[in-house]
Amino acid sequence: MSIATTYRTCPRSGLQFEANAEKLIIANAVAAVVFLLIGGVLALGVALTRWPAVHWLQADTFYQVLTAHGIDMLIFWIIFFEIAVLYFCASTLLRCRIATPRIAWLAFALMLIGAVVNNYAVYKGGSSVMMTSYVPMMAEQSFYLGLILFAVGALIGCFVFFGTLVVAKRDKTYEGSVPLVTFGAITAAIIAVFTIASGAIILIPTWLLSLGVIDKVDPLIYRMIWWAFGHSSQQINVAAHVSVWYLVAAVVFGAKPMSERVSRGAFLLYILFLQLASAHHLLADPGLSTNWKVVNTSYFMYFAVLASMIHGLTVPGAMEVAQRQKGYTRGLYEWLRRAPWSNPTFSGVFISIIGFGFLGGISGVMMGTEQLNMIIHNTIYVPGHFHATVVVGTTLTFMALTYYLIPTLFKREMISPGLAKLQPYLFGLSMYFFCLVMMGAGTLGVSRRHWDMAFSGMPMAYEWPGAAYLMMGLVGISAVAAIVGGAIYIYVTVGSLLWGKRIEGGAASVASKPTPLMAPAAVAQGYGSQGFAAPGTFVLAMVFLVAFILYYFVNWKYLSTVWGLS
Amino acid sequence: MSAILPPAERLWWKHPLDRVEGTWIVIAFVWCMILFFMMVFWHIYGRQNLSTETYTTTPEAFMAKAEAWAAQYTVRTDEVSGLPIVAPPDGGDAYIISRLWSFWPILELEKGKTYRLHLSSLDYNHGFSLQPVNINIQVVPGYEHVVTVTPNQSGTYSIVCNEFCGIGHHTMVGRLYVK
Ligand code: HEM
Ligand SMILES: [Cu+2]
Ligand SMILES: [Cu+2]
Repeated sequence: MSIATTYRTCPRSGLQFEANAEKLIIANAVAAVVFLLIGGVLALGVALTRWPAVHWLQADTFYQVLTAHGIDMLIFWIIFFEIAVLYFCASTLLRCRIATPRIAWLAFALMLIGAVVNNYAVYKGGSSVMMTSYVPMMAEQSFYLGLILFAVGALIGCFVFFGTLVVAKRDKTYEGSVPLVTFGAITAAIIAVFTIASGAIILIPTWLLSLGVIDKVDPLIYRMIWWAFGHSSQQINVAAHVSVWYLVAAVVFGAKPMSERVSRGAFLLYILFLQLASAHHLLADPGLSTNWKVVNTSYFMYFAVLASMIHGLTVPGAMEVAQRQKGYTRGLYEWLRRAPWSNPTFSGVFISIIGFGFLGGISGVMMGTEQLNMIIHNTIYVPGHFHATVVVGTTLTFMALTYYLIPTLFKREMISPGLAKLQPYLFGLSMYFFCLVMMGAGTLGVSRRHWDMAFSGMPMAYEWPGAAYLMMGLVGISAVAAIVGGAIYIYVTVGSLLWGKRIEGGAASVASKPTPLMAPAAVAQGYGSQGFAAPGTFVLAMVFLVAFILYYFVNWKYLSTVWGLS
Repeated sequence: MSAILPPAERLWWKHPLDRVEGTWIVIAFVWCMILFFMMVFWHIYGRQNLSTETYTTTPEAFMAKAEAWAAQYTVRTDEVSGLPIVAPPDGGDAYIISRLWSFWPILELEKGKTYRLHLSSLDYNHGFSLQPVNINIQVVPGYEHVVTVTPNQSGTYSIVCNEFCGIGHHTMVGRLYVK
C-alpha cells in the first residue's frame, strides 16, 4: 500500500523529512515552546516571591502560580517537545513516512485540549494543589480531566512512534539495526508507556473522586502510584535528552558512538531499572518497608545510575575521539578547546552534560539514598536538584537542538545569531548557580513550596539562619538571570520562525532515499585496539567521581550528627 | 554522521568496547555497589534510620489517643500559643497531631532519652520538618507512623510544615523543647 506523501532532503544537513511528519514535528515543537513561555513567565512570579527581599506575590497567587509553573514546564513543555523528538527519531532518521498521520493529529489535539483545560482550571482558582495534587486535597474535576486528556494524547503519540518504526521496517527504509539515537528514543517511548499508564491508574480514580463517583483514594497509595508516573516520566526525559546528546555529537562532530554495545546496553539498563524510582519520593513516608525502599530507591543496586555514568562518559568520549581524528591531539584537552564553542547547539549540549552530571546526578543520588533523604525531604534542595536535571539537563538540551532545527526543519535563517551564541552560557550557567544556591538553602532546611520563610506574625515563628536568607536572595537573583536566558531562547526561536529569512528546504519528491549505513567505527575494532582512545574524557570522569565520593560522604557525616532515629 | 545512522556492524551487541569504556564501567560498577551497600551498612551500624512502624488509623482514633496521652503528661501551658506542653517519660510514647494549620501539642523531651514519637495527620498530607536539626518526615493522613527519636542536644526546636497543605501552609509551625 502506498500512501501519497512527499519527502524533501534538506540541502544543509542531508536530513530527509516526510511532509506529514514534518508538520507534526513542527506543531508539537511550537506547542512546547508556547508552554515554555507561559511557564517562564510564571517562573518569574515564583522566583520573585521566594526572594525574601522582594516577596512579590500574595500567598494564594503564589501557590496558584507555582502549581501552573510545575505543570506547564514539567509536563506540557517537556512532553510536547518529546513527542516532536520521537517523531523526528522515527520518521526523519529512518527516512520513512509517519504512521497514521491523522491519528497523530488527534493525539496532538488531545494533548493541546488537555493542557488548555488544565491550565484554565488552575487560573480559575480552586485548583492550587501543586502538580502532585496529593489526595485528599482536591482540585476541581477539570484539573484532572485536563491531565488525563493530555496523557491519553501522549500515549497515542507513543503508539504512532512505534507504528512508524513498523512502517520503516516493513518498507525496508534502513538496513540492520536502528541508529543509536532512535534506539534511545525507543527507550524513552517504552518508559513513557509505563509512565502514562501509571498516571492513568491514579488520575482516573482521583478524577472520579472529584466528581463524587467514588468516595476515597488512599493517600499513601496515591503517592506511590502518582510518583510511578511523576518520577518515571523523568526517566523519559533522561532517555530523550541523552539520545539528543548522541545526536548532537553526531551532527556537530560527525562523532560515532565509541561502542554501540556499551551505549545501547546502557539504554537497556534504563528500561530494566528506571521504573522503580517512585521510591525516591517515599523514603520519608510511613508504611513502606525498609527493604522495599532500599531496593527501589537504588534502582535495584544503582544499575540505572551506572547507565547514566556510562552515557556521561561515552557522549563526550565520542566527541573526543572524533576531534582527535581531525588532528586535535595535543595534550589532554586540545580536542575540547577547539570545539565549536560559539555554536549554541554544541555549547548548550556540553553545558547540559556537565551540569546534569555534576549537579543533577550527584545530588540525585545523595537525596535518593534511603537515610540521607531525611535531611533534604521536601526542602528546597529538591527543586535545586531537579532544576539541574530537568532544566540544565533536558530543557537546555532541547534548546540546543532547536538551534540545529531552525534552518533544517523550519527552513529559516536564525535571527540574532549573536544572542543565540550567548544564550546557552547565560541560561546554563545562571541555572548552575541557581541550583547550587537552592541546594545550599535546602541543606539549611528551608522548605520548598513555601510562601513565607519569615513566618510573619506567627507567635512560634522559626527564625532561619542568616545564611538561609542569603541563599534565597541569591536564588532570586540567579533566577532572574536564567529567565532572561530563557527569554532570549524564545525570542530567537519564535523570531526566526516569524521573521527569519526563508531558506531553500530541498525539492519535494515522491520517493524516499534509502538510509545509508554508518562506516565501521575506527575506534573499536577490538578491545583496546585504539589504545586509550579518550583520555581527556576519562580524566574528566575521574574528577566527577572524586566530587561524587566527597559530596556523598560529607552528607553521611552530616547525617551522623543529627538526632538518633530508629 | 553516525549515531544517527544504522551501524554497519549489524550485530551491535558484538561490537567490541573500547578500553576507556571498559575501565570506566568497572569503576562505576564498583562505586554503585558501594552506594548500595552503604545503605545496608547504615542500617546495621548507623544511628539514623527511619522507622517503618506504621498503623492505619482514623482522625478520630488518633486524636482520642493523643488527647488521652496529653491529659496524662501535660506539665504546663505555653503562654503565647495556649498549647499544652507535654513531657512524656523516657522510653514512653509522644504524640504530635498535624492538622490545618498547626502541630499539637508542644513536646518537652530530654536529651539522651528515647521516645516513641507517633505522627499522623487529621486532614491533608503535612510535613514534619524539625529545625534546625533538619530531620524531615512525611505525615500522611490515615497512617500512624511511630518513629523512635533520641535527641542529642538540648535547645528550642521548631517544627515547620514542609508539605504544601493549602493556603495556610506557611503559617503551620510548631515548637519542641529538649532539656
Ligand atoms: C528560568 C527558569 C526557571 C526558574 C527561575 C524556576 C524557578 C523555580 C523555583 C524558584 C521553584 C521552587 C519554588 C518552591 O518550591 O517554592 C520552581 C519549582 C518548579 N520548577 Fe522551575 N524554574 C525555571 C524553569 C523550570 C523548567 C524549565 C522546568 C521544567 C522543565 C521547571 C520545573 C519546575 C517544577 C516541576 C517545580 C516544582 C513545582 C512544585 O513544587 O510543585 N522549572 N521553579
Ligand atoms: Cu501542613
Ligand atoms: Cu504545609
